[in-house]
Amino acid sequence: MTGEHGRPGRKKPGEFHVVNHSVPREDGFAKVTGRAVYASDVRLDGMAYAKVARSPYAHARIVSINTSEAERQPGVLAVLTGNDLAGIDPYYGHAVKDHPLLAIGKVRFLGEPVAAVIAETERAAYEALEFIEAEYEELPTVLDVDHALAEDAPLVHEKAYLGGAFRGFEDDKTHKASNICQNIHFEWGDVTAAFEQAAHVVEGEFYFPMAYAYAMEPYVSVADYSANGLTVYSSAQHPFIVRHDLSKIFGLPLNRVRLVVPFVGGGYGSKSYTKIEPLTSACSWKVQRPVKLQLSVEEAMLTIRNDDARVRVRTAVDAEGRLLAREAMIHLNTGAYAENSPLVAKKAANRIIGPYRIPNVRVHCLAVYTNTVPASSFRGFGATQVTFPGESQMDELAEKLKTDPIEFRQNNLAARGESVHPGLRALDADLSGDLAMLAEALETRKPLPPNHGWGVGVSASDAGSDPVTSALVQVYGDGSVSVLTGSTEMGQGSHSVLRQIAAEEMGAPIEKVRVVGPDTAISPFERSTGASRTTTLMGRAVLEACQEAIEQLKNMAAEAMKTTPQRLTVERGGVAYQDQRLTWPEVLHRYFGMSGCSIVGRAYLRRVGDLCMLPVFWEIGCTGVEVSVDPETGRIKVEKLATVGDVGLAINPAMAEGQDLGAATMGLGIGLYEELTYEGQQLLNGNLLDYRVPRFSDLAAKTELMLAENQDGVGPYGAKGGGEGSLNPVPACLANAVYRATGVRLRRLPLTPERVWQALRKHG
Amino acid sequence: MKLSFEVNGRPVALEIEPQETLAEVLRNRCQLTGVKISCEVQVCGSCTTLVDGQPVSACTFLAYEARNRRVTTIEGLSNGARLHPMQRAFIEEFAFQCGFCTPGMILAATALLAENPDPTDAEIVSYMDGNLCRCTGYLPIVKAIHRAAGLLREEKGNA
Repeated sequence: MTGEHGRPGRKKPGEFHVVNHSVPREDGFAKVTGRAVYASDVRLDGMAYAKVARSPYAHARIVSINTSEAERQPGVLAVLTGNDLAGIDPYYGHAVKDHPLLAIGKVRFLGEPVAAVIAETERAAYEALEFIEAEYEELPTVLDVDHALAEDAPLVHEKAYLGGAFRGFEDDKTHKASNICQNIHFEWGDVTAAFEQAAHVVEGEFYFPMAYAYAMEPYVSVADYSANGLTVYSSAQHPFIVRHDLSKIFGLPLNRVRLVVPFVGGGYGSKSYTKIEPLTSACSWKVQRPVKLQLSVEEAMLTIRNDDARVRVRTAVDAEGRLLAREAMIHLNTGAYAENSPLVAKKAANRIIGPYRIPNVRVHCLAVYTNTVPASSFRGFGATQVTFPGESQMDELAEKLKTDPIEFRQNNLAARGESVHPGLRALDADLSGDLAMLAEALETRKPLPPNHGWGVGVSASDAGSDPVTSALVQVYGDGSVSVLTGSTEMGQGSHSVLRQIAAEEMGAPIEKVRVVGPDTAISPFERSTGASRTTTLMGRAVLEACQEAIEQLKNMAAEAMKTTPQRLTVERGGVAYQDQRLTWPEVLHRYFGMSGCSIVGRAYLRRVGDLCMLPVFWEIGCTGVEVSVDPETGRIKVEKLATVGDVGLAINPAMAEGQDLGAATMGLGIGLYEELTYEGQQLLNGNLLDYRVPRFSDLAAKTELMLAENQDGVGPYGAKGGGEGSLNPVPACLANAVYRATGVRLRRLPLTPERVWQALRKHG
Repeated sequence: MKLSFEVNGRPVALEIEPQETLAEVLRNRCQLTGVKISCEVQVCGSCTTLVDGQPVSACTFLAYEARNRRVTTIEGLSNGARLHPMQRAFIEEFAFQCGFCTPGMILAATALLAENPDPTDAEIVSYMDGNLCRCTGYLPIVKAIHRAAGLLREEKGNA
């Protein structure tokens, strides 16, 4: 249904009415007045509350669980354990179906849910937890990747599981029991020969830390299992995938499982895929009443983290400074359940190549089960873990070549239309232009004071995920317009951007356009909200749905104007024929003969045409920092932060820049202080007192946010996604800047004062 | 036990449990869900509520401590559809994304301007350091506070 307006580059900046303007956010009034409803604010009649009892061991057989004392506590309705799940299929997992909604038979990490108390009040549920008597028999643990990969290592999962049934993961089936959850290998060229011929080779082992996304709203859902089916209000990024999992667990048809996602209090990937919805739903199924399960931040930290990564990589150049080869072995610590780590592994492998022409590549990536908190998506996943080593080595090579790191990158960047990875879409960005803009903002040619250094990094992520997206646009007789979408508003601004696109296309005033959803009972299918897909895919679906509505309106207008649709001229907000002009509300009124009517435009996107080749777009990272390092304390101060958001066309420039600053700030957090630390089986800093995230006082002294708008994406008006890109290279920027400031190369994140100070001392 | 206090300009009398926090009472008994609970250890500031104009972390503040005092939540800041200058400034500067920290952020910033109507960047950073935001990278919030300071001065000038 792509009409001519859908073609990239059709309208240019300056020609748009609503799009490409920094229109205030759609959710502004609700969010500044406290009226915005989040899943944590949902309250249903007759609602009970659940609290979770968690495993005190990392790996143990559950000998027995006695719940009778807990059940006798005042206000308690029921206690649910892994023994009470007969009648449902308690396992879920979109990639590997390995995750029981409560531990069955054994526990695989410290903090795993073992039982849930359902009570009249949250306090009664909480107070009854201590009356659950569980007996465990401890099993040998595997707490890190090396141990998990050792011969005769204890198995986290004794049996192999089926691949998750969701489209896109058919090839991720685990066939034999081992601690290897996913195994990716590919290569091209003659890597061995290339390293032999190289003028310079750099080699190193890098560590990317275990981190916590800290969405400020912890996981929460309210489930209502009744004769009508299952309705769940949840803080889920991907309601349609959760619906799929719940339909399988409870044996319900898709139209009997309804997911409603109100505002989401931050996601950053941590709320992608299914989380606590199966457990909450099972609690409701058990007591036949609505049940709310609200986790605390401490519990959220025991629910999902990112995959920490050890990356051994070497890169070769010839004497002219051309990249010859890269070889990498990536080990991801995936924790106790697969979650999205099989995809994280795929992406890490793809993304270690960076946006460069490298003729010889060999990559091996393992996602490995361990007895730790499960790992999954975290903003930029895969790219974050491997861009740190990849871009650190670009600077190391530039030094060997005695050349400027920006010039060295410029000589090796793939141009727009050039392939970086055989089998994937050619690069759709002008990274060379982006990098030039960045270098100018960082003033890299200017001499620096002592202990100051700048660093840059670039990345290209195969983004957008599977392009299966649909949208409905309802055009009303009073000139108002509703967009029905399955995209989740978690702060990234999906609803604001979709509203601007609909206002642009339908010629409706922005305040008359409303965005509804996601509510799987009324929203058409959207695979997910992640991988920066929404502007590109949902934005395009909304644009095409508007165009389809306009086609219908043209036919209706032609009837009213006694002519053929071909003779009509579409003007903004209506049609003209000779000296007659009808607005869309007038067309509807003439067609139906009454007011209050509406029509529905629709669009379905799938993998055909210009969306056939994956990724649907490359998400670009192009960032730089200037730091100063205090030689006495090892403390790093960020003097300057610069980002280039290569987004094709910013539907809302202020929001696009806001995404870049937010993403880069997360990169500074992981680069400088964020790390989940284990001591033995126990997560040591699993709370916000001990886990340090960026604060106001960590603001860079200067910030420059830039956009590159070349209209080179497949999204609406040539747009493509952003919001992850400006995180990915930031840790490498920091490490490169510290090297320039001090001569010390750090390969382990975060760059805490202690680590920097130790390295400085060693360096002398 | 009985709790009498003023919430957003109205007298409220309630029967509460002694262990209830101000955040629990406001969210569960007064339906003021603009009070957001996140870290529960007085680190993040998302539950920031004004008691006699001073910002407190309602997650760890016993409701009983608010007896006979004046409590302001985000719901009490705007006058119907007419937004407080700080709220307008947050919208105009894109000073939020997910919005979960926003009620606490706006209330803390309002308390700052009540003490210091024309703060410098450094004063804003120092005062606001106990309010976390995971989305924005803070800079737009600093800009919003400056803008609100300007709007408030204008309002005063016109009054």
